[in-house]
Amino acid sequence: MTLSPPIQRDVPDALGRFGRYGGQFVPETLMAALAELEEAYSAAREDSTFWDELSNLLTDYVGRPTPLYHAANLSQKLGGAQIWIKREDLAHTGAHKINNAMGQILLAKRLGKNRIIAETGAGQHGVATATACAMMGLECIVYMGEEDIHRQAPNVYRMKLLGATVEPVLSGSRTLKDAINEAIRDWVTNVQTTHYLIGSAVGPHPYPMLVRDFQNVIGKEARAQCLDQIGRLPDYAVACVGGGSNAIGLFSGFVDDESVGLIGVEAAGDGVDTDRHSATITKGRPGVLHGAMSYLLQDEWGQVTEAHSVSAGLDYPGVGPEHSYFHDIERAKYVAIDDTGALDGFDLLCLTEGIIPALEPSHALAYIKDWAPNLDSSTVILLLLSGRGDKDLETVATQRGIEI
Amino acid sequence: MSNPIQDAFNRANSDGRTAIVPFVTIGHPQVDSTPDVVQALADAGADAIELGMPFSDPLAEGPVIQKSSFQALQNGITPEACFQNAAEIRKRGIETPLVFMGYYNPMLQFGLDEFCARTRDAGVDGIIAADLPAAEAGPLIQACEKANISLVPLLALTSTDETIAQACKHASGFVYCVSLLGVTGARSAMSRQVEALVARVRNHTELPIAVGFGISNAEHVQSVGDFADGAVIGSALINHIQADISANAPANAAKFLQSLRK
Repeated sequence: MTLSPPIQRDVPDALGRFGRYGGQFVPETLMAALAELEEAYSAAREDSTFWDELSNLLTDYVGRPTPLYHAANLSQKLGGAQIWIKREDLAHTGAHKINNAMGQILLAKRLGKNRIIAETGAGQHGVATATACAMMGLECIVYMGEEDIHRQAPNVYRMKLLGATVEPVLSGSRTLKDAINEAIRDWVTNVQTTHYLIGSAVGPHPYPMLVRDFQNVIGKEARAQCLDQIGRLPDYAVACVGGGSNAIGLFSGFVDDESVGLIGVEAAGDGVDTDRHSATITKGRPGVLHGAMSYLLQDEWGQVTEAHSVSAGLDYPGVGPEHSYFHDIERAKYVAIDDTGALDGFDLLCLTEGIIPALEPSHALAYIKDWAPNLDSSTVILLLLSGRGDKDLETVATQRGIEI
Repeated sequence: MSNPIQDAFNRANSDGRTAIVPFVTIGHPQVDSTPDVVQALADAGADAIELGMPFSDPLAEGPVIQKSSFQALQNGITPEACFQNAAEIRKRGIETPLVFMGYYNPMLQFGLDEFCARTRDAGVDGIIAADLPAAEAGPLIQACEKANISLVPLLALTSTDETIAQACKHASGFVYCVSLLGVTGARSAMSRQVEALVARVRNHTELPIAVGFGISNAEHVQSVGDFADGAVIGSALINHIQADISANAPANAAKFLQSLRK
């Protein structure tokens, strides 16, 4: 596999804006580090040796390209559109998060920063970062909400096995949002020695751009595989959206193909009409959190409200600024699936295809389950399976009152 | 035109003192504590007072102010309640300059023009936004200018000269220099690096310069006073306010403030 730099897009602009979204709303102390990171990335972007090194890692270590798989059984069962699955669950560490971790770790090395911090919700990004740090010999500290530490115990142990320190976060809702706050506080304190390896397409500029560009490999590969294996582009590309890194990676491969509909599936938790959900674009309004302007779940006074989802990876009250932009310009459509639906989507893929999906993409599966039957068999849906479900077995069992 | 915050710094300095600027979180420890605490701080000789507006995600704060902010939100403090607290302070005849310190999103959601107008009407003289660097401050600068209140910029050890120049161009009241790399919170020793930052900022402004983050005792205030015009004290004060049962919050605050002048 050879990787070329992602195409320079019209967003973000020089100020890090995607339309009205994005920007750099951080304490002044961090501004110099953001400028330094942006400069390092600008240089790396034009440097073929950077992409060659990343390509080699993604090929030999991560196992890319990941397959595009025709889910014939699932398609037949639903009786409508043909469903093709991009298998990020088969990447090393079991999710797409490793793509971005590898890219940013190479940047951190260029910056001469030997201490890496990260936040994690479901633990997938924490595991990916711990993996990259173990391989590169860098110190790794992962901030994780105490609530998430309980519900994602296997991933916590994985990070520890990989030599990372997992710092429990006890503030606020004790989930991903608070882990990001704590990581930012660490970064403000240790900014001269530390790179903050953000895992989703959120945060201050240049992070949403960086994460998109490092996840762009998903969309770029999938597009080429569709042309090669199906002989045409898909009609729709569907992915789950929490912060939205897997979705932006997929969408960025197809954004210029006007015929391809882009659909992001948010987590509706107990339902979008309750106060327990993570459907940021569906139910939120623009605001500023974690350094960026974007859609945000907040009360009437601008206090950020707690998100809820059965899936820890989608349990976040914000969303990447480029998704907010795609929503406003109507380039992508955003829908929401509740916890119950996600569990149905989970079962469906297990039983029809023998693939145990993570709970995050199970939301996208659930959306397709109800929608694909209405489409004719010539329609092609490309579904991004962002990760595998091993980490979620306990959650799924608990939901069903089973102890394992 | 005279500026009440700047005047207060100048008065302190012409008396040969370092201006002392205490920070308290509105609605902490009790929902109705703030006017009494502010009164006690003013009587004890505070030169200006920062009123912290609580936010759900105070990412520039260490544990002490985080907890006070969380407690204030639990107590039901909204921007409306912040305006009411300030108005009550003014109603009592306290003339010490007041500055709101908060985060950008609640201001943005209130509507920047409306927020600044209400701030002024409540008798507050200026605003500090902890997560709004100079590069993003344009809209709030405009709203503050329209309402005729000060926007106090925060500058950091890592700030470039270009940023310092940009921030100072629109600053009024005073310029706030963050003493260390890190979040708010009491520290045992003061970093000396901030002296160089203050010197760099002096090249760009005639305004008074205050140093904050980590200032915890009289010795720290004195060392800051060697090169800056004022000292901001937050976490150490809040620790003292809540050290004793809450009914004593005003007395605790006054006692601590007096101890800083030793």
